[in-house]
Amino acid sequence: MSTITAALGTDRARRLRAVLTVLFAGAVAVGAPFYFAPFQVFQLTMVLLYAVALAGLNLLVGFGGQISLGHGAFFAAGAYAAAVMLDRYDTGHLATLPVAAAGCFLLGLGFGVPALRLRGLYLALVTLSFAVFLPPLLKRLEPVTGGSMGLTVDKLQPPAWSGLAEDQWMYFVVLAVTAVALLLARNLLRSRVGRALLAVRDNESAAEVMGVRLSLHKTLAFAWSAMFAGVAGCLYTWVIGFVSPDSFSFVLSITLLAGLVVGGLGSLYGPLLGAAFVMYVPSVSQDLSEAAPGVVFGLLIIAVMFVAPTGLAGLPGRVLGAVARRLPRTAAALDRTPEAESAPDAEPKSRTESGTSATLDPADPAVVDAEPVGAPPRTEKE
Amino acid sequence: MRKTTALRAAAAATAALLTATACSSQRGQDAQDTAAGGACKGQQTTGITDKTIKLGGIYPLSGPASAYGTISKGVAAYFKYVNGKGGIDGRKVQFIVRDDGYQPPKAVEEARRLVEQEKVFAVFQTLGTPSTAAVWDYLNKQKVPQPFVATGASAWGTDDKHPWTVGWQPNYVAEARVYAKFLKDERHKAKVAVLYQNDDFGKDLLGGFKKAVAGSGIKVVAEESYEVTDPSVSAQMASLARSKANVLLDVTTPKFGSQALAADAKNTKWNPLHIVNNVSSSAAVLQPVGFKNVQGVVSATYFKDPADPHWADDPEMKTYTDALHKYAPDADPANQFNAYGWAVASSLHKALDTMKCPTREGLRDAVRNLKDVKVGMLLPGVTMSTGHDDAFPLETMQLMRFKGERWQLFGKPVDTRKEFGPLTK
Repeated sequence: MSTITAALGTDRARRLRAVLTVLFAGAVAVGAPFYFAPFQVFQLTMVLLYAVALAGLNLLVGFGGQISLGHGAFFAAGAYAAAVMLDRYDTGHLATLPVAAAGCFLLGLGFGVPALRLRGLYLALVTLSFAVFLPPLLKRLEPVTGGSMGLTVDKLQPPAWSGLAEDQWMYFVVLAVTAVALLLARNLLRSRVGRALLAVRDNESAAEVMGVRLSLHKTLAFAWSAMFAGVAGCLYTWVIGFVSPDSFSFVLSITLLAGLVVGGLGSLYGPLLGAAFVMYVPSVSQDLSEAAPGVVFGLLIIAVMFVAPTGLAGLPGRVLGAVARRLPRTAAALDRTPEAESAPDAEPKSRTESGTSATLDPADPAVVDAEPVGAPPRTEKE
Repeated sequence: MRKTTALRAAAAATAALLTATACSSQRGQDAQDTAAGGACKGQQTTGITDKTIKLGGIYPLSGPASAYGTISKGVAAYFKYVNGKGGIDGRKVQFIVRDDGYQPPKAVEEARRLVEQEKVFAVFQTLGTPSTAAVWDYLNKQKVPQPFVATGASAWGTDDKHPWTVGWQPNYVAEARVYAKFLKDERHKAKVAVLYQNDDFGKDLLGGFKKAVAGSGIKVVAEESYEVTDPSVSAQMASLARSKANVLLDVTTPKFGSQALAADAKNTKWNPLHIVNNVSSSAAVLQPVGFKNVQGVVSATYFKDPADPHWADDPEMKTYTDALHKYAPDADPANQFNAYGWAVASSLHKALDTMKCPTREGLRDAVRNLKDVKVGMLLPGVTMSTGHDDAFPLETMQLMRFKGERWQLFGKPVDTRKEFGPLTK
């Protein structure tokens, strides 16, 4: 009885902390555009937008255990859907969002079919082919897509009542969409679909025995993931106001995947960190070396992967773990060591820990905050 | 667990605070953009003082088009050379180069950085059609001059909604007109086969050519396109050969230019007059094909080729070579792109010299009011002229024919403006 009340107490405290953290983050996010210069607000907007795409990719790669090298193409599809609607049919900006989302969902559903038969590198190759073949296709479809000159469309303009500058308004709209998208991703993972995805990733046969329909969930993972990429693409069109086939070369797909791995696979806030990495590190590396920014960027990726194999999101846990191991084994250290010792098997342990609070939910916010829920799919199969 | 969260919150808060304090440029500072007094009252003087002028360029230093990135070295070398001589009208040039990797979103980010953070006087230059198209709306809204963009698309000059943007190099339509005039004069019954790259560059040139030969005896009898991503153009060349045309207009980028020239040389049954466009006319394209196979090939140009010994004693070429050795020792003076950078930078120098007011407005008006301005690096007879509704500084090119081991200029420079009238949409 006493353990239950104690558990409830910590649970409540944890909730409180979670709420406080969310409030704090929300306040910072809302305050930022009033503090920073327009150029920096624009950068933040781009980080949020990439975070949406990365969150989608995370569903597939981090939680679904499937590799996609074609997410740049879904991103492009969303961007072009929005641009063509704005350019040819003159619809409002908001109308383009559901169309881009739904269109990419269906596209992802179609591309999920090969995912049923292929796995690992073979699937990666199929998705890569999509990313490679889309830009030339966009160039050929000139009457609709504007060919290689691309399409210039109106950016999102702030309504008069808001009294905001263009970059601020854009930031808030993208922030709202991103918040909804990240919340959706989180809730999706807490739902039946998310649990099924995790089960499929960890052991397909076991998942099937448990009653998970493999075909349905694998295709659905692709569809959801593509939808997020499409939404990000749509936001991209709103913010940049210009699309061209060369904006979406297959390098974009690889950048997205690299960003996700650096940010933290299978972590809920990894996409945000990964997006920030993708956005800021190239310019920082250019400041470091004008001659070869690519080399510095590459070295930084290697450095991050060396220091934090679980991605930036797993870094605090690893650092604390290392510190705790060095320190004399106090009670506090004992409390923390097991969960932070090695990331790949951290998940089941934190689960058992939270088991006392009568929930087995992997997406409990506090637990998720502490450690990445998933780990790179390959390492677990050893 | 508890401590982890607390620690993380603390860390996040510190990070936020640090970022906040570290950021020197904050909102509201852009209201401090200075305005000039006197006759130039109310005009923007951001990025320009009596002693300095700040320019920012966006080039693909990385990525698929990084070969063009070296243009920035030619430009930087020129400005360093000018600074060594006292600067432009007493103003030392600060030239900031940013890398966009040939990606439009990156170009937008860098343009905003240059304008809002670096507070440059003008964005000189943006390179490539996609990157330029991505930023020109923003720059024109901010009223920042975007002079002499490094792309030959005809859109920059025919558009009337972007007064702050102006092109520089002869646009592709002008180049097409030069070839059209050449054929009209020498082969007025020509049957032309066209190989072109399927993008704005290829279509601009092909479209311009068709318009320029309309109504004459010259006919385009076959056209084949390729994609930049194609491995080779041999299939297209084979199909063009079947057309029995007696002129081949080769509108390609370097890699495909080499392939087309080689395919033409290999096919001994079909010997058309091969016109290769300026983009693919460098020695690096011709050399792999073998100089004996490209004799008689025709092209057009507008600035002095640093690799051509013909210009070895040219004073401007000597200045250029010396300056490059001194200020950009790792850059190859024989590289055309470096010479291009030098030529465009000295063109901007001339334009800055003609400014009535040392303001952004002054530069905007100056680049649209050039009257036969001579630039050392340009061919004799090629001058810059613009007007209120003419944003193409260079519209004159000279034909050249490949003989022996180098290009030889022939005929007089062709002023396409005079021959064909102003270019409109």
